[in-house]
Amino acid sequence: MSEVILRTEDLNVKFSLRGRVLHAIRGVSLEVYKGESLAIVGESGSGKSVLTKTFMGLLDQNGWVDSGSIWFEGNDLAQYKTEKEWLTIRGKKIAMVLQDPMTSLNPLKTIGKQIGEALELHQGLKGDDANKRIQEILLDVGIKEPARRMKQYPHQFSGGMRQRVVIAIAVACQPDILICDEPTTALDVTIQAQILGLIRDLIRKYNLTCIYITHDLGVVANVADRIAVMYAGDIVEIGTSEEIFFSPKHPYTWALLSSLPQLGVKGEELFSIRGTPPNLFNEIKGDAFAPRNPKALNIDFKERPPYFDISDTHKVRCWLQDPRAPKVEPPQVLERISTEGGNLYEQ
Amino acid sequence: MNNKEYPLLQVRDLEVAFGERRRRFYAVRGVSFDIYKGETFGLVGESGSGKTSIGRAIIRIYPTTNGEIIYKGQRISGKIDKKLDCRVTREIQMIFQDPMASLNERAKVGYIVAEGLYATEKGLSREERERRVHEALLDVGLLDEFASRFPHEFSGGQRQRIGIARALVMQPEFIIADEPISALDVSIRAQVLNLLSKLQKERGLTYLFISHDLSVMRFICDRIAVINKGVLVELAHTEALFQCPLHPYTRLLLSAVPMPNPVYERNKKVLTYDESIHDYSVDKPVWTEISEGHFVLGNQKELAEYKERIGSVCPLPEDSFGVNVLPQTKAQEK
Repeated sequence: MSEVILRTEDLNVKFSLRGRVLHAIRGVSLEVYKGESLAIVGESGSGKSVLTKTFMGLLDQNGWVDSGSIWFEGNDLAQYKTEKEWLTIRGKKIAMVLQDPMTSLNPLKTIGKQIGEALELHQGLKGDDANKRIQEILLDVGIKEPARRMKQYPHQFSGGMRQRVVIAIAVACQPDILICDEPTTALDVTIQAQILGLIRDLIRKYNLTCIYITHDLGVVANVADRIAVMYAGDIVEIGTSEEIFFSPKHPYTWALLSSLPQLGVKGEELFSIRGTPPNLFNEIKGDAFAPRNPKALNIDFKERPPYFDISDTHKVRCWLQDPRAPKVEPPQVLERISTEGGNLYEQ
Repeated sequence: MNNKEYPLLQVRDLEVAFGERRRRFYAVRGVSFDIYKGETFGLVGESGSGKTSIGRAIIRIYPTTNGEIIYKGQRISGKIDKKLDCRVTREIQMIFQDPMASLNERAKVGYIVAEGLYATEKGLSREERERRVHEALLDVGLLDEFASRFPHEFSGGQRQRIGIARALVMQPEFIIADEPISALDVSIRAQVLNLLSKLQKERGLTYLFISHDLSVMRFICDRIAVINKGVLVELAHTEALFQCPLHPYTRLLLSAVPMPNPVYERNKKVLTYDESIHDYSVDKPVWTEISEGHFVLGNQKELAEYKERIGSVCPLPEDSFGVNVLPQTKAQEK
């Protein structure tokens, strides 16, 4: 677990939109360890997708890495400019599974061909060798009768099965890092549970490192070893799953957890975060969450908090950890995570 | 909540089918349930289970091929007279899943919200109509000046509020909410759920809440019906369903709900449901009330098992009726 496979240092990403500059990632330093599964959690617009897209050179035309570096296998990915450079990484070393399986597959090609494309491009496999490998992969992702299924088109698959195909394409070339960008948001709860199980199995089998992106903290307890909470283009808290769920420190993490309907009590109001995320076109002063935090301190509006270490694995960017800050208790409802959270019904 | 005993909507042996003769597909078959005034009735199932078809049949978008739907004692399925049609159109409203797709991009919010009024209340003066639109927008926590803007200017949560305002402006009594929060971010989900329960308290609305996510349903629903492949398999009060799920399909759905607890999740086993475990070749399944308000589909052998389980494993659920019937004694009686 200790070997770092990917590291970003003070990464800043900006977009130019209608003549204005949007600061999407504001100085993210992150270490991803080999073999772990790291979840990145945040609201829409928090920059979680943008962050991972920079790892694969998939930023839109109007976006660029402004400063900072992304270290992977001794190279700084932030310096990569040409498609040729990126093709040595993209799909081969780092692969991605996107949210909507309905749109990420080509409807005009059989799924065998689509997996084959990746194999031919990155591993030079063709003909029978490729076919054999395609069938192995399909079995690995839980698609039965691979010989028949590989000749079918995406419309002959259900939503859950299509997502399995997308995952098959992603793992076909045995990448080092698999990025899953909200892979289950478009799926039913039952299918979601199956896909999460599949991802966990594949991590073990292919020895993958997984970066899992979601807006729903309720989902990540299943897949994540570590969780990074993102807000307004910055990681505000990072720690192991246990640390984030059982002893969260940042008011934003508190708010995200409290708003989970799983923890709600019927007849009572569910906690909801007031206001909207900050506009990243503007310079953000202090703690970005302060305007929405009812218990914000004065300093939150003036100066950006540094990271405070809670433990070796747990860091939080919040002034509450400063020795001079008043003691603020996390909301009561979070106690229900340990009592209620594991006790939906007796199996 | 009072008026519990008065069913606002009765669905009897509903069937919704598509296609002709040989290619006929039954989306919903033999579904019966009552929805009482002022309650939130949940309908849960996977995609393709027919839950949306039921909602659409009630609001008369899909024709019912068999069975009937009775609203306030009057049949509203099939051919009905114009006056009743107009009343039903006004009193039953729907909130849709995707706030990005369900609003007319080319119309201003004011028109989107008022559209139903143009159709059903033709005599309304312009001032009166505007007043009601502004009122509806304020009720859902938006500003009345938003009426002159276009939908693309709003975020997902605000758009869903516009969708709710569009339903409210008709002063409905019954609202069908078809996955109203699935497309929303977690933090906005809470806002919309709170808004729905607030409106229910203030106006005594009745909801049919359609979703695939049981964790949300536990929070908002009074009773929940579980549907699989067009057939209801279990119906119970929320607490009873969570404490004592009987049908294997219900148990599968419950086991799939993700919980925010890493220790629990790592040891969790997601159940599977294989229909072949039911042997319905001789012993046909029947829809039976196995304990107070708890219905389940099963054949005689399965029902006996369920009864045993409800008596032995499950503590008595404190149901919202406050009727104390010990399931155990009930099982012994039979």
